[in-house]
Amino acid sequence: MFSIINIRVGFYLALRQIRRASLWTTGLIVFVMLLTFLNLVVVTGILVGLIEGINNSYRTEYTGDVILSALTTKNYIEDTPSVIAFVKSLPQVTMLTERYQTGGTIEANYLTRTSDTEKPNATSAQVIGIDPVAEDAFTGLASHVIEGHYLAEGDYDQILVGNYLLAQYAFGELPGLTPLKNVVPGTKVRLTINGAVREVVVKGFVKTKIDALAMSIFMPASELRTLMGRTDQNVMQIAIRLQPGSDPIAFKNLLLTSGIGEKAKVQTFADSIPNGVADIKKTFAMLGNGFSSIGLVVAAITIFIVIFINAITRRKFIGILKGIGISGEAIEISYIFQSLLYAALGSGIGLLVLYGFLVPTVAAHPIDFPFSDGILVAPIDGTAVRILLLVLTTVLAGYLPSRMIVRKNTLDSILGRN
Amino acid sequence: MIDVKNLVRTFKDGPIETRVLKGINFTATDGEFIAIMGRSGAGKSTLLYQISLLDEPTSGEIRISGKEAHLMSEHEKMLFRLSKFGYVFQDYALLPELTALENVTLPLFMQGSSLEEAEAKASAALQRVGLGTRLGNLPSQLSGGEQQRVSVSRAIAHKPSILFADEPTANLDRESSDRVIDIFKELHRNGQTIIMVTHEDEYARIAGRIVKLDDGRIISDSRV
Repeated sequence: MFSIINIRVGFYLALRQIRRASLWTTGLIVFVMLLTFLNLVVVTGILVGLIEGINNSYRTEYTGDVILSALTTKNYIEDTPSVIAFVKSLPQVTMLTERYQTGGTIEANYLTRTSDTEKPNATSAQVIGIDPVAEDAFTGLASHVIEGHYLAEGDYDQILVGNYLLAQYAFGELPGLTPLKNVVPGTKVRLTINGAVREVVVKGFVKTKIDALAMSIFMPASELRTLMGRTDQNVMQIAIRLQPGSDPIAFKNLLLTSGIGEKAKVQTFADSIPNGVADIKKTFAMLGNGFSSIGLVVAAITIFIVIFINAITRRKFIGILKGIGISGEAIEISYIFQSLLYAALGSGIGLLVLYGFLVPTVAAHPIDFPFSDGILVAPIDGTAVRILLLVLTTVLAGYLPSRMIVRKNTLDSILGRN
Repeated sequence: MIDVKNLVRTFKDGPIETRVLKGINFTATDGEFIAIMGRSGAGKSTLLYQISLLDEPTSGEIRISGKEAHLMSEHEKMLFRLSKFGYVFQDYALLPELTALENVTLPLFMQGSSLEEAEAKASAALQRVGLGTRLGNLPSQLSGGEQQRVSVSRAIAHKPSILFADEPTANLDRESSDRVIDIFKELHRNGQTIIMVTHEDEYARIAGRIVKLDDGRIISDSRV
């Protein structure tokens, strides 16, 4: 079928048919191809990007590239100063932040409660002690303050409260989590940690899509250490940011081989994300592929109809071509070339729109999903596979109808007989 | 060159069978100019389509240059039509999106010529019928007579053994018809075999031989 003569005659015919076809018709078909391409890439890209947004948030707002935390058998990272000194000495490290962490209770209506039977306006929370300056430099925590103000160095008895702990920002009362009511910046609350009680002022609210932080209270590390009764310098977490291009897995392995693993649990940002997130990512990718396949079928049917109508209205001319000795294969190839052109143009414009506009725009302005700042994930290899799928489908959808018409009796085609 | 024996062509439309050719026996030799005549429905175009291998006979034998054409595969017939035959249809049968030059170039290109070579031959064929200045025109930009001359050019550009013409002047005015017939006369003078279906006596008389059909049978075969 694909002899040189058939291919060159097919190309000769296709080129002239396309050149002299209606621009509107060609434009419409290419537009359908463009939409199909975007549907193939963007639907999956957004679904996967929604979860990738969670990963990115964890990495930028919480864990950094690699995070060290207390071993499960300990309440702190042993010999923290030497661990920090070692980590800082490594050339891959650009910055780090240290955190203390403990459980606590926060109560808001302790001043107005009139009897012991009245339900306290209180909730349990994770209390994180931070160096406000280092933490903001590392995670940009200050930018997440939606009411009130961020902590300053030297703040005394002041806290930030995560949005899930506040009735006005929480999704509702979850089991085991009763958000605080009637709390605004400036409200005095009672913080209890390990039996130690202190009255503190809510300086601001932090809104974040990372559950672990949204259900936390932030206060200066020096204050939390006092409340915890700690006199040593051992912290609970050290989040580490690496030089761009550094491999977190390789760095994790370096720390483990250096013996850090005996003092702290060493995890990359990906390790620290709950397992379910990876499963959801796979599920969403499958869903995206499912939706995209429907788009692919629609595109195939569109091309089939377009080529079928084109071929059937040109049946007489196809008959003439066969009559004067042009092979059926050459005629079929001419339709394959036309389909290829539509798919190539649609994909080409789609690539420009995708990588020239959509990906950078969504990266700069992530989609505000309730639990993630979604980005558009469109890896080159995945996109190439989808282009290949689109081209193959289009070629098949162009070939089949042309074959149906070409196979009809030559004279019947010329005379328009059925 | 062409030898037809007991050629039968029956058309079926559901249970109804119509026998259009009822056992035709016919021979054409090289260099002849044959006019096939007959009233409407006599079977003259059907006979032309059978011997030019555009259609399959229901039964009978067709030998062309000693080859059993009725036994050929569709691919062999296609190659035969491409290399040995030329066709001129009543309605010109030009491809609307190809220019005059491209319409004539296409079969030459299919035969294996390079594009330049095919275009040169096509250009020469078009000049031969007086269309040297209309090479780049689309069929829609040509008159009926000009389109038929493009069709003739396409049919003769590859120097076919036999030129088949199905009522080539039926859609043309007098002047254009004369011009087409003049081209046929000249081709015949140069040894071209031509088999032409026509219903016009005047043009039929130009052929050296007139075969008349009626009701699917040859009723006369005479030399002029």
